[in-house]
Amino acid sequence: MNPFEYRRPKTLRETLRLLAAAKDGAKLLAGGTDLLIQLKERRTLPSLVVDIKAIPELQRLEHVSQRGLHLGAAVSLNRVLDYPLLAQHFPILAQACVQLGSLQIRSRASVGGNLCNASPAASTAPSLLCLKAQAVIAGPGGRRRILLEDFFQGPNQTALGKDELLVEVFVPTPSPSSRGCYLQLTQRQEMDIPMVNVACLLTLGRGGRCQQARVALGAVAPTPIRARRAEALLEGHALNSQAIQEAAEAAAKESSPIDDVRASAEYRREMVKVLTRRALQSCLEEAASP
Amino acid sequence: MTEYSFLGKSLPRLDAAGKLTGKAQYVADLNIPGMLHGVILRSPYAHARIRRLDVSKACALPGVVAVITAADIPASAGRAIMAEDKVLYGSHPVAAVAAVTREIAEAALGCIEVEYEPLPVVSDGVEAMKPDAPLLHPNLYTESMTGKASTPSNIANFTEFRRGDVEAGFAQAAVVREDTYRTQMIHHGYLEPQACVAQVDSGGKVTIWASVQGAFTFREQLGASLGLPLSRIRVVPMEVGGGFGGKNGMLLGPLCVLLAQKAGRPVRMVMTREEDLRMARPAPPTTITVKLGATREGLLTAAEVTMVYEAGAFASPLPPSGFVTGLSPYCLPNVKVNGYVVVVNKPPVGALRAPGAPQAAFAVECQMDQMAEALGMDPLQFRFKNIVTQGDRALNDLTYARIGFQEVLEKVAQHPNWVRPLEGKYRGRGLACGMWFGGVGSSAATLNINADGTFALLVGSVDLTGTRTIFVQIVAEELGVSPDEVSVVMGDTDTAPYADIAAGSRTTRQMGAAVQQACHDAKAELIRRGAASLGVAEGEVEYRDRRVQMKGHPEKFVSLRDLARASISTAAGPIVGRGASTRPSPAPSLAAHVVDVEVDPETGKVTVLSYTAVQDVGFAINPTMVEGQIQGAVAMGAGWALSEDYIFEDGILQNASLMDYHQPTAADLPMIDTAIVEVPSDNPYGVRGVGEPPIVPSLAAIANAIHKATGVRMSKLPMTSEAVWRAIRAQAKG
Amino acid sequence: MKIPLHITVNGQPREILVEPTRTLLETIRVDLGLTGSKEGCGKGNCGACTVLLNGMAVNSCLVLAVEAEGQEVLTIEGLSQGNRLHPLQQAFLDQGAVQCGFCTPGVLLLAKSLLDTNPHPSEQEIRTAIAGNLCRCTGYDKIVRAIVAASKQKVAP
Repeated sequence: MNPFEYRRPKTLRETLRLLAAAKDGAKLLAGGTDLLIQLKERRTLPSLVVDIKAIPELQRLEHVSQRGLHLGAAVSLNRVLDYPLLAQHFPILAQACVQLGSLQIRSRASVGGNLCNASPAASTAPSLLCLKAQAVIAGPGGRRRILLEDFFQGPNQTALGKDELLVEVFVPTPSPSSRGCYLQLTQRQEMDIPMVNVACLLTLGRGGRCQQARVALGAVAPTPIRARRAEALLEGHALNSQAIQEAAEAAAKESSPIDDVRASAEYRREMVKVLTRRALQSCLEEAASP
Repeated sequence: MTEYSFLGKSLPRLDAAGKLTGKAQYVADLNIPGMLHGVILRSPYAHARIRRLDVSKACALPGVVAVITAADIPASAGRAIMAEDKVLYGSHPVAAVAAVTREIAEAALGCIEVEYEPLPVVSDGVEAMKPDAPLLHPNLYTESMTGKASTPSNIANFTEFRRGDVEAGFAQAAVVREDTYRTQMIHHGYLEPQACVAQVDSGGKVTIWASVQGAFTFREQLGASLGLPLSRIRVVPMEVGGGFGGKNGMLLGPLCVLLAQKAGRPVRMVMTREEDLRMARPAPPTTITVKLGATREGLLTAAEVTMVYEAGAFASPLPPSGFVTGLSPYCLPNVKVNGYVVVVNKPPVGALRAPGAPQAAFAVECQMDQMAEALGMDPLQFRFKNIVTQGDRALNDLTYARIGFQEVLEKVAQHPNWVRPLEGKYRGRGLACGMWFGGVGSSAATLNINADGTFALLVGSVDLTGTRTIFVQIVAEELGVSPDEVSVVMGDTDTAPYADIAAGSRTTRQMGAAVQQACHDAKAELIRRGAASLGVAEGEVEYRDRRVQMKGHPEKFVSLRDLARASISTAAGPIVGRGASTRPSPAPSLAAHVVDVEVDPETGKVTVLSYTAVQDVGFAINPTMVEGQIQGAVAMGAGWALSEDYIFEDGILQNASLMDYHQPTAADLPMIDTAIVEVPSDNPYGVRGVGEPPIVPSLAAIANAIHKATGVRMSKLPMTSEAVWRAIRAQAKG
Repeated sequence: MKIPLHITVNGQPREILVEPTRTLLETIRVDLGLTGSKEGCGKGNCGACTVLLNGMAVNSCLVLAVEAEGQEVLTIEGLSQGNRLHPLQQAFLDQGAVQCGFCTPGVLLLAKSLLDTNPHPSEQEIRTAIAGNLCRCTGYDKIVRAIVAASKQKVAP
C-alpha cells in the first residue's frame, strides 16, 4: 500500500470537512473488503483514508414502523442479517446479504460499501432496486435523497460527488401482500461473484392479479438495472406461467451483458431468463401457499 | 494378516499439536535480523523480445541493496527462472530486487525500465505443433527414442509405445470408438504460497530455509544450477503448507540465494497469491485422442492413443507418466501410443499429484464408458472383463506382481453406494478407475538409542502427509515400545542422512523401509550386547518387551534400559541403528471412484451428491491419515473437473486470484466416503503409495456421472455450469 | 506517520505504534510476533488469516490495524488455555482434521465464532459457514466432522 493518512471522524460534519479539504485525494473506509484490495493492488492511491465506522448516523439500523428501514451506510452485513425484522419485512434483502462473500467478509462489509463500490454484480443492488430504496447523501450543501436506480452511473461509478458521502440507505417497507425472491448464479456455491443475479418483488391483488411488479438484474449491464419491460408485462395482469415466461424473456432482452472470466454474454442473457422465471415462479408459489 | 500393536492404528498426527496452536513454523514465520525482502519483476507479455533492460534507477533507490538480472544468473540455472533475451510466458521473471522493506523493493520494481518487442503468442499445444507455428526456442529439436530431429520445432519430446498390431486388433473388434478429450491447466492450490529465506555466511556457505518437499533434492538442484558443491549448501526444510508436487524450491531458491550473495545479507522471498497463480508450475493441459476396440463380449482388442501434453514455455526432459498410466489398468494385446510434449507461451508446467495421470485417465476412462455404452454393457462389468491381474504387463513392460486391481472392482461391486439405486431426474452415477505406479528412490534413517532406553529417530524426509507419525508407529512396533518413547526429527541436509523427495507416493514405502531397517539394525546390536552380557551366544537370545532374554528362559534377561545405560558408559559405545532403502520395487495401486451428481439442466450447474473412493493401499499403517489423503485428492479432483481453470488472454492469466480461480469450498462438496482395500505389496508391511492414486480417476468419474445424468458427453474440462449448459443445448439442437 | 494503537490481544492489553497502511494481520504477525495467523492470499479469499475481532470472525488481511483501536483480538495463540486444548482443537486432533496445518488456525477461529452463535450447527450450516476458509488437503470431510464432534461435547465457551 502507498502511504496515506488515516482519520476516524465521529461526526458527519467533520467527515465532510475532511473530504472537502482533501480535494479528491480521500477514500472512505467502511468494511474495507473492497477498498483494502484496491489499496493493496495500488488501483487507488488516496492521500487520506477516512474511516466512517465511528459516525453514529452511519451505524443506524432502525425500522420505523410502516415507513421503512434506515440502513446506515457502514452497518456490517452480519449486523443487518441479525436484525430481527429483516427477514420478516425485507426477505429479498436478507437473501442477498447472506449470499455475499464469506462469513468473514460479512463481518466487515456493509450494504453502503457494496453500493458505493458500484460493481455491476453487487449482490445487494437488485433487491434494493426492487424495494425502491433511496440513497441519503450528505454533502457540503446539505442532504439530498435520490432513488437507488439513479445512484448507479456506470461500472464503479456513482452519483456521489467527491465531497459527498452516502449516509444511509432508506428502504421503504413493502406492502404486506408483496412477494419477492432473490436468486444469484455462481460457479461455486459460496464465496463467489454472481455471473447473474436477479431480484423481483410483486404486489399481488385478488385473483393473483399483479398490481405492482419490480424486477431488477445484476451483472448483465454496466450497472444493476431494472427490467422495466418485464415489469410492464407483469403489472395489471394475472400472474401465471405464460406471463412469467414472457416477463423472463423480456428481462433477458433488456440485459446487455458482456463476456468476462466468469461467463459469456450469451450464457448470462440466457440465465437472466432462467433466474427471472424461477424468481417469479417462486413468488407465485409463495402467494398460493397461505 | 499379522497382528500389530501400533501399525494399522490411527494414531493422531504428531505434528498436529503445533499446527493447532499456531506454533508450527513455516518459512514466512521466520525473522532473521537484518533480513531483506526480495521481489520479482515479472513480464507483462507472454512472448516478447527484451530490447532494453535498465535497472540503474532501481539500484539507486535508497533502501535497495541488490538487484539481479539474467546477467547475474549462471546459464546452468536455466532461463525458466529468469528471462535473458526473450520472455516466454506471462510473468516470466525479468529481474529481482532485495531491499530493506517489501514496500521499497516493490517501488524499485517500478523503477526498472524494460522495453519489450511483443512476439506472436503460441497458446495452444495442438496449434504449436503445426509447421508454421512461431517457434519459442530456435534451438529446440524434438527428442525421441530414435534420436534428435533435424529441424527445430515446438515439439520437445515424442514418445511411442507399440505392442502387437493395432490394425489387426481393430479389425477383430465389434465396436470401435474414437474421441478427443481436453484438459486444462490447474494450480496445486496449496494454501501456503511459495517461500524461502537464504543466508550466506562469511565463508560463502549458503543456508536456505524453504518450503520444499525434498530438502536433499532441492540442494542438488540448487547446487547444479548455481555451480556450488553440496557441502556449501544447507537446506533447512520448514513445515510445508501444502505441496502436491509443486514445492521443489526452485521457483525462488536460486534467485533468493543470488540476491543474498549479492547483498551480503539474508533475503526472504514470499510469493503473493497472485504471483503464485501466475508463476508456479501448474499441471499440463492436454489434448488426448483415444481409439478403443472391443469384441461383442466386451474384451478390448486394441487401443490407439495420441497424447499432446503442453509443457509451458520450457520442457522437462522426462515424458509424462500419463503416456503409460492411462491404459495400464487394462489387458490390451494391441497398443499404439504416440505422446508429444509441446512448448507454448504459458508458465512451465510441473509435477502435480500423480503427474500426467489424471489427464490420461480422463480420456481413457471416459472412452471406456463410451465403449460400455456402445456394447450395452454395465461399465463396471466392462472394466472387470479387462482389468489386469498379477502377471499381466503394464504399458511400460513392467510385469505386475501381486496387485489389487480386481479386488478394488470387487469392493465397488459390493459397495452400498454402487448397489443402491439412484433416483431422481437429472441425476447420474459415474464410475472411473485410475492407476499409479508410485515413485522409487533412495533414503536412509538413523535410530539412536537414548541413555534411558528411549529412541530418537533422525530422517531427512519432509513430512507432508503425516510420515513422522508413521515412522514413530514403525519404531514403536519394531522395538516393542510405546510411541511416547520415540522422538522423531526431520533434520536438515547437514544433519540428517539422505532422503529422496517426498513425492511419487513414496515416503512411507521408501523411508518406511529405511526406518524398519534401522530398527532391525538397532535390535541386532541390542541382541549382540545382550548376549554378551548374559554370556551366551547370540542365537540363544531374543529381543522382546524391552528386554534381551534367553530363548525359553525369559527370567534370564538384560533390560533395554540397562543396555542403553551401559552404551554410554562402557567401551561398547552408543547404539545407533542405521537403515537405508534403495529403489524399492514399484507398488502399483488402483483407485476406483463412484460419484453421484445432479445437474440443473437449465443452468448447467453440477452438484456432487455423494462420492465414494475405493483404493488398494496395500496396508494402511494409519487408516485415518489414509482416508484424509484420499478425501483431499477427491476434492482436488472435483475442482479440476468442475471449476478450476487458467483463463488466458494473449497468454496473460485473467483470473489470478482465489476469488476467480475456483478451488472448491466446503459448501461445494459432500462427505467423501472411502473404502480401503488391502492387497499387500512386497514393500515393508505390504504398503502401497496412497496420496496420488486417488486423484487419478476423479475427473472421468465426474464426467461419466454427468453423462449418465444428462446424456451429454463432456469431453473438455472444466465442466463449469456454462460448459455443461452449452453441451445440453447443443444436444437438444441435435 | 505512525499512530498509537491500543488493542487487547488474547486477553492482554497491548499498545504499539503502527503505520496506517499496516494490516491487522501484519501487526499480529510482525509487530506482535504471533505467527500462528497465516497469509494465504492477502485478499480475503482464503480465510487463513481469520481472527476474531470483538468475537467476530474477520479476514485480518482486509482490516487495517488502526481500525482495531480499542477492540479485542483473539488469535490462534489465545485459543487454548495453557496446555489444555480448546474442545475444537481437541476434536481436530482426534478426527484427523489437520494435515498441512496452514488453514487450521483460521478454520478453528471461524469454527469458534460459529459455535459461539450456533452451538449445534447442521452439516450444511457448517459447510456454509466455513466456505470462506479454503483447505486443499482434507476435502473438508474431517474438518466438518471435527466441528460436529466439538459441538456435541462443548461445555464451556
